[in-house]
Amino acid sequence: MATQDKQPFHWHGAIEKNITLLGVLSLLVVLVGGIVEIAPLFWIDNTIEKVKGVRPYTPLEQAGRDIYVREGCYLCHSQMIRPFRDETERYGHYSLAAESMYDHPFQWGSERTGPDLARVGGKYSDAWHVQHLTAPRSVVPESIMPNYAFLAKNELAKPDIAAEVKALAITGVPYTKDDIAKAKEDLFNQANPDADNTDLIKRYPKAQARDFDGNPKKLTEMDALIAYLQVLGTFVDTESAAAQEALAKEKGR
Amino acid sequence: MSAPENEHAGPRVDEPTGTSTMGHEWDGIEELNTPLPTWWLYTFYACIVFAIGYCVVYPAIPGIKEGSHGTFGWTSRGQLASEMDAAKAARAPVLAALDATPIEDLPKNPELLAKAVAGGKAAFKVNCVPCHGSGAAGSIGYPNLNDDDWLWGGTLTDIQTTLEHGIRQPGDAATRTSMMPSFGRDGILKPADVQDVVSYVRQISGQEPGNASAQRGAALFAANCVACHNPDGKGNRMFGAPNLTDKVWLYGGSRTAITETVTNAHAGVMPAWGNRLSPATIKMLAAYVHSLGGGEAFAATAAPAADAAAQTATSTGQ
Repeated sequence: MATQDKQPFHWHGAIEKNITLLGVLSLLVVLVGGIVEIAPLFWIDNTIEKVKGVRPYTPLEQAGRDIYVREGCYLCHSQMIRPFRDETERYGHYSLAAESMYDHPFQWGSERTGPDLARVGGKYSDAWHVQHLTAPRSVVPESIMPNYAFLAKNELAKPDIAAEVKALAITGVPYTKDDIAKAKEDLFNQANPDADNTDLIKRYPKAQARDFDGNPKKLTEMDALIAYLQVLGTFVDTESAAAQEALAKEKGR
Repeated sequence: MSAPENEHAGPRVDEPTGTSTMGHEWDGIEELNTPLPTWWLYTFYACIVFAIGYCVVYPAIPGIKEGSHGTFGWTSRGQLASEMDAAKAARAPVLAALDATPIEDLPKNPELLAKAVAGGKAAFKVNCVPCHGSGAAGSIGYPNLNDDDWLWGGTLTDIQTTLEHGIRQPGDAATRTSMMPSFGRDGILKPADVQDVVSYVRQISGQEPGNASAQRGAALFAANCVACHNPDGKGNRMFGAPNLTDKVWLYGGSRTAITETVTNAHAGVMPAWGNRLSPATIKMLAAYVHSLGGGEAFAATAAPAADAAAQTATSTGQ
């Protein structure tokens, strides 16, 4: 020990030789990083913009989202338009954090083999989506997307949609008791052109209720996926004066 | 925790390298205390200074209510806004000219028309290519825009209206709409009757010689189809009813394809772009599509009726 005292940082020897002390001190160092980088996101105002219009997904859209996740669409498609000119001119207004605040988990993605889908809602017709999902190369010759023709054949199997909606409500998605109770009928009614959907559209503003896959007799996975795609990026009116003004004032991002 | 005696041999200068050791040794293995290169050390200090400066001038430090703004006041969204403003300013003269020019007068200003066509080409690539194809040649169910066969009209204003309100766009009151009945599926015609109508359509389109089936089909056609497709089968743009006497087919002209169309009618949808694109962009797109080869000149508005007829005749010949 006597010789080590002459070394710079000789006190460090005590930490290196005491595994408990090393562990506790390492934890403290990591904690500082966590507190500085992660924790403030939970309280500072500009983590999520205050914009109007974002609502939870309808049961049918949520079911479509589950298919989107199941088929791994996120591996090739992002849902995050970054605030760059080339992206906003192609895909539309940049994505807002608020727009994915009810996504569990969000589908921002990190790969763009295919185009970004954050604002694909309303860009193409339902018939186009059916044809494109069935045989992508029939409408986009250079596409390398796999065929998803089976989605139109698969009946949508969602026996537990109410439970799923309830689980999302527990994580903080503001579904009402009414929404949970009616989840099952909402699921079927949204794609049924003969159903009365005024209540559904009242509870889920901007919801699009119609037959999506061109086969009104059957509720298929294609119906659900297209219902989801057609609503992507349509919640917030990004071009409205109020939204523009609020975003213009924003600082620190 | 009793260490072997030789663990703390004490620092000594290593002869071959001339560098002192760390002062510890395990089984004869010692560690050199090589100093960091000076250039590296000062680069490291410079990085720390830079990082501190960066945190001051750019948004970095979280606070109670929000993060620090940074003395530069930079935001990624602000930078985008200024880039967009610069691009907008560069385009402004052309867009202002486009806004001020009614689309009918666009052909009178060849320079502006050329700019509109160029801008339309870019907008087409962003918005229209997925359905109409990168060469605007369309595919089954999506019209070819290079030919002079128009469902809803091929003048600049016709194309502009189609772009603005779309075709059968749900929720757009001014959208172009029509609904061909599903003659087979809804039992209006029996399967044998459908075949007769198909025979007739294939006869008037010059694909099959006339026969008894086509003759029966002619009567059925007269009873069921002429309201939209006209007695001569040449269609009616008011309903977007296609000309059945030419060789251009949106959903295919084979017996199978026409049978499918008559049995389960198609009702293709084009989205309305009026609430997505600016009026100037729509004008540019209309000018581009019009320029592709099949654009029609204005018939009634430009000149008296007699001249107009002549104009139409020459323009459709291009």
